[in-house]
Amino acid sequence: MEAILDLPVIGLILQFIGYLVQVVVLNGGLIITLSTPIGLGALCGFMNERSGVVNIGIEGMMLASAFGAWYVASISAGFLPDAAGPLGFTLPLLIGLLAGLATGVLVSLAHAWLSITVRADQIISGTIINIVALGITGYLALLISQSSPRSAGNLSALNLPQPVTDIPVLGWLLATFLEHGPITLSMLVVVVVLQVLLYRSRWGLRTRAVGEHPRAAETVGIDVIALRYRNVLLGGLLAGLAGAWFTIEYGNSFQSGMTNGRGFIALAALIFGRWTPLGSVGAALLFGLADTFGRAIRQTPPAGDLGAVLGAIPPQVFAALPYIVTIIVLAGVVGRSIPPAADGQPYEREATAR
Amino acid sequence: MTEPTAPLEQHGPPPALEMRGITKRYPGVLANDGIDLQVHPGEIHALLGENGAGKTTLMNILYGLATPDAGQILLDGEPVSISSPSDAIRRGISMVHQHFMLVPVLSVADNILLGEEPMAGPVFLDRRSAYGRLRDLATFFGWEIDLDAPVGTLSVGWQQRVEILKAVYRNAQILVLDEPTAVLTPQETREIFTMLRRLTTEGYSIIFISHKLYEVLEIANRITVIRRGRVVGERLPSQTDEEDLAQLMVGREVQLTVDRGTSHPGEPRLVVDDLYARDDRGHEVVHGVSLEVRAGEVLGIAGVAGNGQDELVEALVGLRRPSAGRVQLDGHDVTGAGPRDLHQRGMAFVPADRHRFGLVLSYPLTDNLVLTDYFRPPYARGIMRDEDAIRVQAGKAVEQYDIRTPSVDVAAATLSGGNQQKVIVARELDRDLRLLVLDQPTRGLDVGSIEFIHRQAIAKRDAGTAILLVSAELDEVLELSDRIGVMYRGRLVALMDARSATREAVGLLMATGGSQPQKTDTGAA
Repeated sequence: MEAILDLPVIGLILQFIGYLVQVVVLNGGLIITLSTPIGLGALCGFMNERSGVVNIGIEGMMLASAFGAWYVASISAGFLPDAAGPLGFTLPLLIGLLAGLATGVLVSLAHAWLSITVRADQIISGTIINIVALGITGYLALLISQSSPRSAGNLSALNLPQPVTDIPVLGWLLATFLEHGPITLSMLVVVVVLQVLLYRSRWGLRTRAVGEHPRAAETVGIDVIALRYRNVLLGGLLAGLAGAWFTIEYGNSFQSGMTNGRGFIALAALIFGRWTPLGSVGAALLFGLADTFGRAIRQTPPAGDLGAVLGAIPPQVFAALPYIVTIIVLAGVVGRSIPPAADGQPYEREATAR
Repeated sequence: MTEPTAPLEQHGPPPALEMRGITKRYPGVLANDGIDLQVHPGEIHALLGENGAGKTTLMNILYGLATPDAGQILLDGEPVSISSPSDAIRRGISMVHQHFMLVPVLSVADNILLGEEPMAGPVFLDRRSAYGRLRDLATFFGWEIDLDAPVGTLSVGWQQRVEILKAVYRNAQILVLDEPTAVLTPQETREIFTMLRRLTTEGYSIIFISHKLYEVLEIANRITVIRRGRVVGERLPSQTDEEDLAQLMVGREVQLTVDRGTSHPGEPRLVVDDLYARDDRGHEVVHGVSLEVRAGEVLGIAGVAGNGQDELVEALVGLRRPSAGRVQLDGHDVTGAGPRDLHQRGMAFVPADRHRFGLVLSYPLTDNLVLTDYFRPPYARGIMRDEDAIRVQAGKAVEQYDIRTPSVDVAAATLSGGNQQKVIVARELDRDLRLLVLDQPTRGLDVGSIEFIHRQAIAKRDAGTAILLVSAELDEVLELSDRIGVMYRGRLVALMDARSATREAVGLLMATGGSQPQKTDTGAA
């Protein structure tokens, strides 16, 4: 065994795999935590694109919601009691969460109106959302920071009792998947629910039909416009959750541009996951792993040859790992992953009536 | 001769459907102009008219897809208002659209259930309960159909049946079929006819939209003819014939078939040897096609749409690189040559999709008419265009090819389909040609334009041009070709002399590919 690990290339690869396994075992929970905004963002994209609306504004929606949740929570914390309930919920945090959701829905409403009712180019609409959200939240955050607002704190993770987490293997699994804050937990629930509904519910069947061939759906009496609106707004709710994660669950403050491209990585996850909920969140976990791995290498670098090799690489490369993985993944799957046929096409009722 | 005949006397129960004075105006077009239509219970009522006559608009109004500007709809004598497809469905009206309204990725069952889903509780579908009923319906028609197969994997004939099952599943009383036979082989058409007759015995009233005269005469109990948005006549099949109907439909006497004369084939111009091509998704869809087109003959390729014809044509005209095989034009190897090279070697191409390939819709006619030659004299000198020469050429083409347009400066998009096609024909045919490739040259055109384009093609042939005609319209292939080939699943499964070809024989080859050893073995498996 020792001899194999000493071999130049194969040894390095084996050491690398060993280190990877070690990172996953020790940081399983962190992987899921870090993939939460990507996963929820991808689910937002799923809701949009499966009904035929392209949404590249997820990044902006998340950023706006992150600001909304933080700002409202912080204001409320000024005059509301902050006795903590389960999962660290205080009244200000609860109100902040609702504000984050509302912000997501409001921004989605703008996107829905532009891309469904006005039939504007959906890429442009999404781009506008990204630019405006970055500009406005950045400006407001700068204004507010001068009055040094008080923080409302953040939500806390579920704590499993010691006897449960001590069960071998199962305990680790439960701890990895369940010892999270409410927003991460909600993602784990939502993804399963959406996956089941997509294939087994009337809503799912109609959504798939509208995303593939809206006119066919209309001819059997389905209201294409209403269904698209509903799905885009529900998607906004998920973007709102993702945004709130940044400022009231994972962190407790807002910084300009803090979503840092995760909305775009969410789009990559959606594509890599072939426009399914499970696939998207699965892909999000891969990005979460890349993120975690990058952090682990910088904080607890591996020993031995592998450590020497990795040490020679600038640490910024590891910080950029999620983005590098995004590029690699997209280069590998784009073209082979087929979007819903009507994705991005505005629907006009009497367009071809003649 | 063209004034409306008096409505036929009716007694007894009120019509299952009556449309009174339906008027619909689109910007610049009066699509329906006071149309009256009566459909009686249990009858097959044919609605006959050219493309653009207003049949589809009328049916979209009936189905709630379009709102009429004036007029009334009565069902069983009761006035009703239909403002959406769900209204229409609720009132027992179902429609099989010309372009199928099926979602390719969904299964047969899901396509049928969509919109009328059986539910177990408020959220979840109850597919199981529906399956029994769907199987019974299929059995009623004597069909074996896999309810779980994605619709996109079915042939068009089977997709048509799924559409009809959709209508029957919804307990429709009135069934509208918009050009149901346009994409079917003669055999499939016959099956659909049998089934329609069967449905009328079950109490269905059927509106059958078509522009194929012999089909209408065969299937309909009554025929209403529409021209330019107005009803121009109502006939019983026993009182009329094809000439009468054609004249009503077009408004003047038409020659239904072009006099093809005899061909005098010369030397081979286009020689295709064992050609393979892939579609956009990388699947091989042309498997070793070999053929020869000689000077002064029309080789027609028939086939149900989607059997590799599009890719074959694209590979021949330089729009798609063949994956293997050889193409020769006048003895020169032109495999993989680009469109401009082929153009200069004397090839012309009239594409099936005139909006995608034939025209730049937003450009004026002047530019569209010189698209193949704009860069060289007389239309350009050095890097400068010669506007005068272009306008002279455009004026000449408009006159010579009878292009109906207010001016040569209007965008191509503003012309009717027939006139757009004439623009392409004018550009492509207005020089000495070695080879002419016609891909569905008359799709969606009116009878007058079809007649014109067919004449032009025959004239080119008689002048010694080799013509390759590809069409999913079997009638067109039979009418123009001197020799006929059939494409089936990417192979040329037969090649025969047009004099020995019958509708039935070619139709069977289109549908099945033929089971006997193939005459033109392409040599590849």
